[in-house]
Amino acid sequence: MSRLSVELPGLTLKNPIMPASGCFGFGKEYSRFYDLSELGAIMIKATTKEPRFGNATPRVAETASGMLNAIGLQNPGLAHVMENELKWLEQFDVPLIANVAGSTVEDYIEVSEVISTAPNVKALELNISCPNVKHGGIAFGTDPAVARELTKRVKQVSSVPVYVKLSPNVSSIVEMAKACEEGGADGLTMINTLVGMRLDHKTGKPVIANRTGGLSGPAIKPVALRMVYEVSQVTSLPIIAMGGIQDEYDVIDFISAGASAAAVGTANFVDPLVCPSIIEKLDQLLQSWGIDHIHDLKGRSWNNAGEAAYHRA
Amino acid sequence: MIQQENMTIISHRSIAKDIYELILQGSLTKQMTSPGQFVHIRVTSGSDPLLRRPISICSIDQENGQFTMLYRVSGSGTRVLSEQAAGATVNVLGPLGNGFPVEYLTSGQKALLIGGGIGVPPLYELSKRLTERGIEVTHVLGFQQKDAVFYQDRFEELGKTHIATADGSHGTKGFVTDVIEKLSIEADAYFTCGPSPMLKAVEQSMPEVDGFISMEQRMGCGVGACLACVCQVQGDETGLAYKKVCTDGPVFQSGEVVV
Repeated sequence: MSRLSVELPGLTLKNPIMPASGCFGFGKEYSRFYDLSELGAIMIKATTKEPRFGNATPRVAETASGMLNAIGLQNPGLAHVMENELKWLEQFDVPLIANVAGSTVEDYIEVSEVISTAPNVKALELNISCPNVKHGGIAFGTDPAVARELTKRVKQVSSVPVYVKLSPNVSSIVEMAKACEEGGADGLTMINTLVGMRLDHKTGKPVIANRTGGLSGPAIKPVALRMVYEVSQVTSLPIIAMGGIQDEYDVIDFISAGASAAAVGTANFVDPLVCPSIIEKLDQLLQSWGIDHIHDLKGRSWNNAGEAAYHRA
Repeated sequence: MIQQENMTIISHRSIAKDIYELILQGSLTKQMTSPGQFVHIRVTSGSDPLLRRPISICSIDQENGQFTMLYRVSGSGTRVLSEQAAGATVNVLGPLGNGFPVEYLTSGQKALLIGGGIGVPPLYELSKRLTERGIEVTHVLGFQQKDAVFYQDRFEELGKTHIATADGSHGTKGFVTDVIEKLSIEADAYFTCGPSPMLKAVEQSMPEVDGFISMEQRMGCGVGACLACVCQVQGDETGLAYKKVCTDGPVFQSGEVVV
């Protein structure tokens, strides 16, 4: 068995590295740089029931070691994604994690029910944490009771395991994680972006048309790491971690914090080849350290090392 | 296949207020075929500044495997770039996007090239290609003030060149559209690149002339994945149609997208 292969609910991963949702479209653009079958999985762009145009531009702004974005869930809608994007992706030997978004509970249920039947969709990622849309999104991800109920309802209709993408914009991410677990989630993905803003020095006005945006990139890694560390010790759910991952050392950190796999977001914009590069270097690094399997490093950071064995099960 | 390469700096110098000329050498130059395309530049291998900078290709020298880009220092990223000296390398991704259709006009026809500020550079390679094809080229170039003007002599070598400055410190006082109107310049097609208000004014001032407009927009990935740089399609009633400046553009036909 490869030292990088990982089994998670619904997902047999060649390696624990995948592009994060919203940073990779539906893969087409990056297939011009490398064979997408090299990836552990692909978290596809958030899909809603109807097509969405998204927000006005400017939609992005750079910040210190990071960026703000407010795309606004632009996507071609469920029917188009099913007929075109997912079909196109069938040529690759890679499991898909479908990011599902909506304005109402019914939207989530409808999209989840349909998209989970696609043969290459092996898991869902409930997007209850998008900070850039007026309705839905983060509204479902800041109230534990609402998140629990939504998870439960989606679980009833989904043909594949359900992961819930957590927002860091809450007072207790641990409470949110527990609520999703109670709702029957199969796993967690974390973290989505942190709400932030940037002003034009001269005019004093926000640079992004949406006024606020989601902060991503290396700037948020310490926050993400702390949250994975906290959540992984209080739930038995596997975690796919994201937040500022740029290289193999970042991946090791998140595994040490308690994650089972890692997703790369903003770094794809900086280096289109970052995912295959991390996969290769991660393998070499583990070999040079004499580590048989990446999960041997899982939860190394925890307070009570004895608990690690339990959580690894 | 899109490629990235660490290209070597051959020459790097300031040519006007805050404007730098950077000549890079590498095998990526071979891929650069169309004027109006851009490259996505990584200014540091570290994480601050994090994102790449989209910069248009100004001139291509296939013989020496070199290309020239001009950029304006306007923030931390371009500031870092401006400190790089000859011999150092710069990580270049590209060429990206669709350029100007040189073949749109034939020998003997007239082209009007309209540029504003840092939108002027891609018109230089375009002008070279058009004049090589026997097309009569007129340039109308707008700048803020005299010390911001660059490449005037180079454009003059290729065709008639009119300069406009906002404060009147060089050439005609006013906007490029003032010059076009005043001189009643006629053309079979226009090609333009510059700030959005200028593009809009140009498009509105010549509704009967075929035009090609190079759009500018903040970008994330530069390869079509992140949907940061979208623009709306003219006449679209659904509100859902869009084009990506990075991969569908940056050059669009007049009337195609909302400028």
